Amino acid sequence: MLFTSYDFLGFILVLFVLYYIVPKKFQWPLLLGFSYIFYFLADPTYLIYIGITTVTVYLLGCKIEQFREEQSAYLKANKEVLSREDKKLYKNKIKSKQWKYLLIALFINIGILAVLKYTNFAISNVNSIMGLLGSDKQFGFLDLALPMGISFYTFQSVGYIIDVYRGTCKAEKNIFKFALFVSFFPQLVQGPISRFSQMAETLYQEHSFDAKNVCYGLQRILWGFFKKLVIADRILTAVNEIIRNPDEYAGAYVFVGMMFYALELYADFTGGIDVTIGVAEVLGIRLAENFNRPFFSKSIKEYWNRWHITMGTWFTDYIFYPISVCGPMLKLSKFSRKKLGENLGKRVPIYLSSFTVWLATGIWHGASWNFVVWGLGNWVVIMVSQELEPLYAKFHARFHLQSNRYFQFFQVIRTIFIMSCLRSFDCYRNVPVTFKMLGTMFTTWNWNILWDGSLMQLGLTMTDYLILLAGTILLIAVSMIQRKGKVRDQIAACPYAVRVAIWYGLFLVVLLTGVYGIGYEASQFIYNQF
Amino acid sequence: MKKKAILKYIITAVVICVSLFFLQKLVQPKYMSDVVEGRLIAEYYDEEKDHDVIFVGDCEVYENFSPKVLWEEYGINSYIRGSAQQLIWQSYYLLEDTLRYEKPDVVIFNILSMMYDEPQKEAYNRMTIDGMKWSMSKVKSIQASMTEREEFLDYVFPILRYHSRWNELSKEDITYMFDAPNVAFNGYYMRVDVKPAENIPEGKILADYRFGDNSYYYLDKMVELCEKEGVELIFVKAPSLYPYWYPEWEEQMEEYAAEHGIRYINFLENVEETGVDFAVDTYDAGLHMNLSGAEKITRYLGDVLSEEVGLEDRRGEEKLQKIWEPKIKAYEEEIIRQYEKYGMN
Repeated sequence: MLFTSYDFLGFILVLFVLYYIVPKKFQWPLLLGFSYIFYFLADPTYLIYIGITTVTVYLLGCKIEQFREEQSAYLKANKEVLSREDKKLYKNKIKSKQWKYLLIALFINIGILAVLKYTNFAISNVNSIMGLLGSDKQFGFLDLALPMGISFYTFQSVGYIIDVYRGTCKAEKNIFKFALFVSFFPQLVQGPISRFSQMAETLYQEHSFDAKNVCYGLQRILWGFFKKLVIADRILTAVNEIIRNPDEYAGAYVFVGMMFYALELYADFTGGIDVTIGVAEVLGIRLAENFNRPFFSKSIKEYWNRWHITMGTWFTDYIFYPISVCGPMLKLSKFSRKKLGENLGKRVPIYLSSFTVWLATGIWHGASWNFVVWGLGNWVVIMVSQELEPLYAKFHARFHLQSNRYFQFFQVIRTIFIMSCLRSFDCYRNVPVTFKMLGTMFTTWNWNILWDGSLMQLGLTMTDYLILLAGTILLIAVSMIQRKGKVRDQIAACPYAVRVAIWYGLFLVVLLTGVYGIGYEASQFIYNQF
Repeated sequence: MKKKAILKYIITAVVICVSLFFLQKLVQPKYMSDVVEGRLIAEYYDEEKDHDVIFVGDCEVYENFSPKVLWEEYGINSYIRGSAQQLIWQSYYLLEDTLRYEKPDVVIFNILSMMYDEPQKEAYNRMTIDGMKWSMSKVKSIQASMTEREEFLDYVFPILRYHSRWNELSKEDITYMFDAPNVAFNGYYMRVDVKPAENIPEGKILADYRFGDNSYYYLDKMVELCEKEGVELIFVKAPSLYPYWYPEWEEQMEEYAAEHGIRYINFLENVEETGVDFAVDTYDAGLHMNLSGAEKITRYLGDVLSEEVGLEDRRGEEKLQKIWEPKIKAYEEEIIRQYEKYGMN
């Protein structure tokens, strides 16, 4: 069920009505029922996978929690008998048992994700290697269904059980409540990747009808539809035309394609998240924000702190930190400091952990070398800019440009350009083609296409371009206004007639200029596939 | 204070609903200059419902029979509820819809649509269904007609279907937003120009010549409905040379008609009797009749209806005369207009 389909609108409308008329204690079970119906309607077989994740993580989480409870009961009971050493030994024993259960949970759930998502990628690589070695033998690909949102709910569940293991959150004892955390349908499709401790606060609470919440939620959904239907799905035609025909569209077209794709991805992904958060808001549930005006970032590092925030923090918390402080890494740190000197040596473990994170980020985004190169490309850019920091410092000390508006604007444009170049790996069919096309930007001099009417051949009309231009200006304007606080709060402070005019105007824009219905290809949200 | 707030919300809701209603009317196609076929179905509802004969079917009825000739020469008051590529279930539900308003003596169904067993094109669906007034017949017609990507909601709120037309709105969309003059003459779409039929394409060999189950299902339903309502059903096959009418199809229709005691006239086999000359009586090389061809076959049909079926001559009824007077005038004016348009004498 696409978020932009009538079915989805009908689905949430029925839910909203029922949610506020059933007795409050049935609100969360109602959400669970609707979440499972949502998943069932996508494909009944998907329920098996989400069911396995729910049951295994729930049971193993409870087991880990049980050990913790046993430990505190034992230590309390034997407080005066046990020596410090005994306590430590006991704690280590418990920790080791918990670790085993954690490993089982990770093995099962990361295993399911890996098998379903990466088996065919592995087979294609094995086939390529065998081909290079002169063997005729080729393995056939497996027909594996990738359940909707598996990457999101697996990460969310894995984050939960690691938190339980670390003791940063308590295991949920009610399997149905836990099942709702894993399957909560608005975020099942494309995130955000929520943390149990944050989400549980409002997910299981009893909610009374709050007109403000409901209005704000509906406004956010409308804004999401504007981004998705008016901008993302409109520009998609031109993006596809450019990236699917690399032989025809080189040089300046690659630049145009990159910029269009940046806009498409932003409007598509943030639009989807707006719908997700908006639906949750109507239900009185708070979800984590996933974006913070990322295209205003002045560096790639800053960009990644503002784009897909919940994924970034997930990788930092559950991969970067554990790797940075694990035994072998500490040994490596010691070794490298000794061999390479304090200054360089202390950076080796950070680089290695960071490398692992970006490799994992790339692979998480897709089972292909394109995403591996994309992930590592980000790593290289971040590491290089980190290495160049002393140089930047000297530069700023000499020229004092840090607070110069024009220089800041240059930094923003530079970040957008670098990120767009990296994102090209997400577009073209393979890595060599991507490098080749990026190269043509500097070898094929056809910038005249920007003004000689060639852009009209990309499947968009002049009206489409004007709508896109107006839409982009609106996106930028809204981002600027966001600096002063929530836009919806600012609109809510306006006189009634102005408020109605703004929201009804936006509704009409979506209704009339949205790309939907017969004559348009319904397009999935890009992040559905993850 | 509370009352004031409620009033404010009610006014807002009313303003929004009214503006959406106007907007929907504005973006809906008016079918006044291009593809006027889209207007045919809706025109029926403005009629005085006292017809002796109702035609249902596709372009082979609305382009090939002239109710004006039936009235003027036989005193038979008829109306054509035809539309472009009207599928058999659409004909059935249109008939069901028509019978809610009146009970004619005869229903004439053109059987070409037996060749389609499944929904075909969304654009044709819209031209047939949009003009229908809301009733269960319309609901069922939509359900039976929707192609894979169509949504029922798009029929309920046509603005969802036609939203992208805001970009191509013309003066016509404002002029005819709520009311428009008739484009047809009791459902007859007139063309006076001539394009002789020269190269008549042969039919391609088909894997299976049997009409589909769905087509038979609705044909049975149509027969049952007419029997129940006491209306005589007549099958016709207009003398269109294309789409090719296979002998195997003809055999099935003859067999079905004989089995159910239904009168069946295949005008393709009565070319000599009707006097149709494909060199002068068609405007698109044999697909459809022009005015001259339509009047010829209507006369043949008129003879059958008055002599064999026994329909009364109602020309003496003052009320009907008054209804027909302006129609005949408009019909003749349209002939002159088209003669001038096509540079004919």
